[in-house]
Amino acid sequence: MVAQAVAEPVARHAAGASLDIEHVSHAFDIDGAELPVLEDVSLLIQPGEFVALLGPSGCGKSTLLRLVAGLEKPKSGTLREDDNRIRGPHPSRVVVFQDPTLFPWRSVWDNVALGLEAQSILKSQRQRVDAALDLVGLSAFRNAYPHQLSGGMAQRVALARALVNDPKILILDEPLGKLDSLTRITMQAELVSLWQRKGLTALLVTHDVEEALFLANRVIVLSDRPARVKADILVDRTYPRHRGDPHLAELRKQILGLLGLDATW
Amino acid sequence: MSTYSLSDTISVEGSRASNSRAEAIGDWLRSSGVGVAAAIAWIALGLSCLWWPDLGDWSRTYALGIAAFVVAALALFGTLGADFLGAAGPALRRRAPWLVALGLFLTVWELATAKFAWLPLPFFPPPQAVVEVYTDDLPKLLDSVFASVKLQLGGYAIGAAIGFLTGVSIGWSRSVGYWVHPILRFIGPLPATAWLPIAFFTFPSSWSASTFLIALATGFPVTVLTWSGVASVSNAYYDVARTLGAKPSFLVLKVAIPAALPHVFVGLFMGLGSSFAVLVVAEMIGVKAGLGWYLQWAQGWAAYANMYAALIVMSLLCSGAITLLFRTRDRLLVWQKGVVKW
Repeated sequence: MVAQAVAEPVARHAAGASLDIEHVSHAFDIDGAELPVLEDVSLLIQPGEFVALLGPSGCGKSTLLRLVAGLEKPKSGTLREDDNRIRGPHPSRVVVFQDPTLFPWRSVWDNVALGLEAQSILKSQRQRVDAALDLVGLSAFRNAYPHQLSGGMAQRVALARALVNDPKILILDEPLGKLDSLTRITMQAELVSLWQRKGLTALLVTHDVEEALFLANRVIVLSDRPARVKADILVDRTYPRHRGDPHLAELRKQILGLLGLDATW
Repeated sequence: MSTYSLSDTISVEGSRASNSRAEAIGDWLRSSGVGVAAAIAWIALGLSCLWWPDLGDWSRTYALGIAAFVVAALALFGTLGADFLGAAGPALRRRAPWLVALGLFLTVWELATAKFAWLPLPFFPPPQAVVEVYTDDLPKLLDSVFASVKLQLGGYAIGAAIGFLTGVSIGWSRSVGYWVHPILRFIGPLPATAWLPIAFFTFPSSWSASTFLIALATGFPVTVLTWSGVASVSNAYYDVARTLGAKPSFLVLKVAIPAALPHVFVGLFMGLGSSFAVLVVAEMIGVKAGLGWYLQWAQGWAAYANMYAALIVMSLLCSGAITLLFRTRDRLLVWQKGVVKW
């Protein structure tokens, strides 16, 4: 039932880093009571893999991403990027959040330039900002302010703001969750082609089983809170994938079963 | 058949053309009608100045009357010929209703004071007496304006700068907040004017004492609003900046402060208002210069026209300062347009 896939190294250009999550547990303190959110999660992600995390709402997927990003420290266990222990945020692991969270007081160009500015390398690397804007097709909007953009455009700017740093691991926290379904389909295809071109490691949290199967070559199913790894499923299909692929439909049925939703299928 | 319909069309178009010409003339009359009314109101002011003799001894009655006729002529020809005046024409037409109101108000004021003394005389001087102050007492008035502006600018700049820095530090650092917050709560709500007696004998000069008071009045609202602005910045902004490699100094200067700026401007606006009050009181009581002092001095001499003249200047200066602040804000917060309506 549970397909324990041995992850193959998918290194295309070896631009991505490996991510080693070892026996990580985490808990929140809420009014003095300890609420466990992650329980002994172990996961080895090879350079260049696209891994999707699926799980019931509120199970701790996003917390795991915050730990990988270094925004929080785990209560126990270790996380490693290549061979370096993750102790804090670093531009080699950037996050694209569900909300674009663009800075409203900065123009599109200045928003994309944020990472380079924070690392004090903007002056010599301005062309990287232009290149990142080109990559997401928004060069014409360089001087616009965030309130002038549509939801899809804003999320593309957020993606450009992440990619301009040449991350080794791209962390995607339901980045398409709030977009309309048409924009979503377009951007799923864009994400795949970006990931293939850059060869980076991608870690995606999503609620959408179909999205996970369309994008990822490995799907991790997490249990209800506190989250544990329930299944590790290899999606052995070439890109670009087709939404009607019977193998993907089979996997979808299997995953929905793991999530306890097979009755609705 | 076809000729019939053709002639029919022509006659219809002809009447339409004459219609639209009549409409154009009607529009023209309607849009300059208010201008004509304004001219009449100002002619009334001129006549009221020149027709009856003054009850008192004022030297600018004749000049005021002539000036009223000039304004009337400008209003009349300006609004009638608005189409040939470029941008100034429509601007004048927009303001014409106010010209009517102003002309009527001045006429009534003129009649009620200089001509028939419906209002008791020394306390309600006529318009020509106020004009007389501007022409004959100009050097002293300008000196006072200069002194007030200097004092206000110095105190406000110091108060705003200290308030801003304090607000950012409290909002950012827990330990600064621990020490400064209670002091702020204890001292802040005290009206700055309550410090006046102490300030005037502890400070070496009345100028430094007034600067301190103005800075205090400005600093409190600026501090509180800057602080609340910094404290209300969404954590998501910090998360984004941190994952992109931002150091703490970047988080303060490039995230917290720009995000808090709309709040800071509310504080600057409130501080400006309360500092005006302190400025006038300080000048009336301690400083021997400035518009507040001029008011006090005029009262001592029962020179009521001078007081009105000074009040008018003062209100122009205060509203000018606020306009300037708002312009600065609109320029700095141009990104807010569409997010927040002012």
